Amino acid sequence: MSSRDRILADVRRAIGGSARSAPGPVERTYHRENLVARADVDRFAEAVAEYRATVHRVDTDADLPALVAGLCAGESVVVPDDLPDSVIGTLDVHRDTAARPLSVTELDGITAVVTFGRLGIAATGTVVLDAGPGQGRRALTLVPDHHVCVLRADQVVDTVPQAIAALDPVRPITLISGPSATSDIELDRVEGVHGPRRLDVVIVG
Amino acid sequence: MTRPMTRTVDLGMPTATGFLRGEQKFPAAAADRLTDAQLRRNLAHATGTIRTKRLRAVAELDDWEELRLAGSAIKTDAMARLPELLEQLEATVTARGGVVHWARDGVEANRIITDLIRATGADEVVKVKSMATQEIGLNEHLETEGIRAIETDLAELIVQLGNDRPSHILVPAIHRNRTEIRDIFRTAMPGAPADLGDEPRELAMAARSYLRERFLTARVAVSGANFAAADTGTLAVVESEGNGRMCLTLPRTLITVMGIEKVLPSFTDLEVFLQLLPRSSTAERMNPYTSLWTGVTPGDGPQEFHLVLLDNGRTRVLADEVGRAALHCIRCSACLNVCPVYERVGGHAYGSVYPGPIGAILSPQLTGITGPDDPNASLPYASTLCGACFDACPVRIDIPSILVELRADAVEAGHRPLPGGQDVAMAAAAWAMTDGRRWGRLIALGRLLSWRRTGFRRLPWPASIWTRHRDLPPLPARTFRQQWRDRLRRTGSGS
Ligand code: SF4
Repeated sequence: MSSRDRILADVRRAIGGSARSAPGPVERTYHRENLVARADVDRFAEAVAEYRATVHRVDTDADLPALVAGLCAGESVVVPDDLPDSVIGTLDVHRDTAARPLSVTELDGITAVVTFGRLGIAATGTVVLDAGPGQGRRALTLVPDHHVCVLRADQVVDTVPQAIAALDPVRPITLISGPSATSDIELDRVEGVHGPRRLDVVIVG
Repeated sequence: MTRPMTRTVDLGMPTATGFLRGEQKFPAAAADRLTDAQLRRNLAHATGTIRTKRLRAVAELDDWEELRLAGSAIKTDAMARLPELLEQLEATVTARGGVVHWARDGVEANRIITDLIRATGADEVVKVKSMATQEIGLNEHLETEGIRAIETDLAELIVQLGNDRPSHILVPAIHRNRTEIRDIFRTAMPGAPADLGDEPRELAMAARSYLRERFLTARVAVSGANFAAADTGTLAVVESEGNGRMCLTLPRTLITVMGIEKVLPSFTDLEVFLQLLPRSSTAERMNPYTSLWTGVTPGDGPQEFHLVLLDNGRTRVLADEVGRAALHCIRCSACLNVCPVYERVGGHAYGSVYPGPIGAILSPQLTGITGPDDPNASLPYASTLCGACFDACPVRIDIPSILVELRADAVEAGHRPLPGGQDVAMAAAAWAMTDGRRWGRLIALGRLLSWRRTGFRRLPWPASIWTRHRDLPPLPARTFRQQWRDRLRRTGSGS
């Protein structure tokens, strides 16, 4: 008998003896209302800022290139190949393409990355990436030390359940809440360990 | 006392292997630690800090109790349907290009992982903190095989470089303060500056530069998993530092080791646990990074993914209808942080890699209690039954009740935790304690008697058999449990 079959048989035997049968459907009485109106974008901005990420709000796409150029001043910048020029304007950037993906060493030599995000969660100040349009593969938003993430206000949801419901599980998903941090020394929070030490979140609209 | 001794009878189920049992019984080990003033100061400081923060993080959600109920119900459902969910998980992971392996115990898991690493030709792996691999002693095994495992979680790194043992499930180096950590880094971390200071920020940056090169060149990573969704095959790792993302993204091969109890029925269930876990563990609204991945994504992240499903005593725990709730644990460590016993003795006293209240119920069940001299037989006594752990537990594991059950089992297995006839009394008290109302009445009666004649010395039967051997101090007007809760509420900090 394979270990697989042995384990499954053991598990069946272990639960088989239970007097009680399967407990039935799980009651979900916690908040899981759908998002009806526009989410609380102010709350999102506030929660992101509380993690010591920096929040910037602009009215329209037209404001983006100047803001992004300012945030990345003096830095080498990489973007996913499909990030539209309307975000970066004439900024001089490296492009990560499927045909010629940058090596980890090359990425390590670049200081900043500019991408879109998939979602924002107001309750927790979380930005979600899922490698969709304008977001690039995971390594891109991990190795450079400074991440500028651009979200539209209508991408913000209020709650964690709303975010999970909107996500496609098949995609690689990263939830980011502030810059990397550790509480491993005396349970005191220190920001900036291995992930990007600087996180700028730009909200459009 | 009619419950069968499931843990001492051989059910033909595999016995757990690895670091689940200490050398000393708890009272002796605890007595040693109690003399270590530095350890107690470090623990009181760290757990005091996190207790205050956790209360704040939890108070922010008006549906916290509803989330706890759902978390508990999802886990109960998952355990009841475990065979079906594991088969579903195997199918969904495989469909997305992953390879699933099954290991009955730590020995088998270590062999599988070694073979997988060998096949890549690598002799070094980066690791992201995983209780499962600590439990089975993977690092130690790999070392004997000539493979170097590098812990990348800051606290794990401190433990590894200090040739130490973890003492907390979330912050394994919680017993070390900044000065001790600085000294460990200065001595044992390659490239650490000789004048390294003891500011946490400076220490974290030293670890960053040491590990960066390792991340960028690693070909194989070994990780644990916090959750796995059976319906989609999605794995989840919740972390803070970014070392998890590094390990889960940059190497070509990823090997994830996961206890079979971590499976959740659906991806949707993450909406509950991604709220419960961060607020209970690091007391944040959300931890800095959560990675979710499903098999292999071409051109993004590891191109080879192996999932090792580990039993190692879990089916043994599952066979006990009451004790199986210990498998609901999401390893948040809240029960450790609120435990008055843990705060005083620290994690090492528990012997196993799982310390604190959860360790006291999980370790003896995973290993089984082999007889009177088994150190794990003393773990169910490592508690005052104050109930703070149950109140803090995000999945509502009734740790005090399970402790009482296990005490009865330990007594039946011949464990002699207390002199004289007190074992019998403990077994009898278990009868009273397993039923909350019975126990409540017993205690209320005791308090009433104590009121009427100061100098109360005897508990009513059946606990009277116990008090015959021991003078009880007069019962306070409020139970210890009530007082401890008041204290947590008042100051949120330790003594
Ligand atoms: S038993 Fe509950 S409180 Fe303790 S670590 Fe597990 S989930 Fe957290």
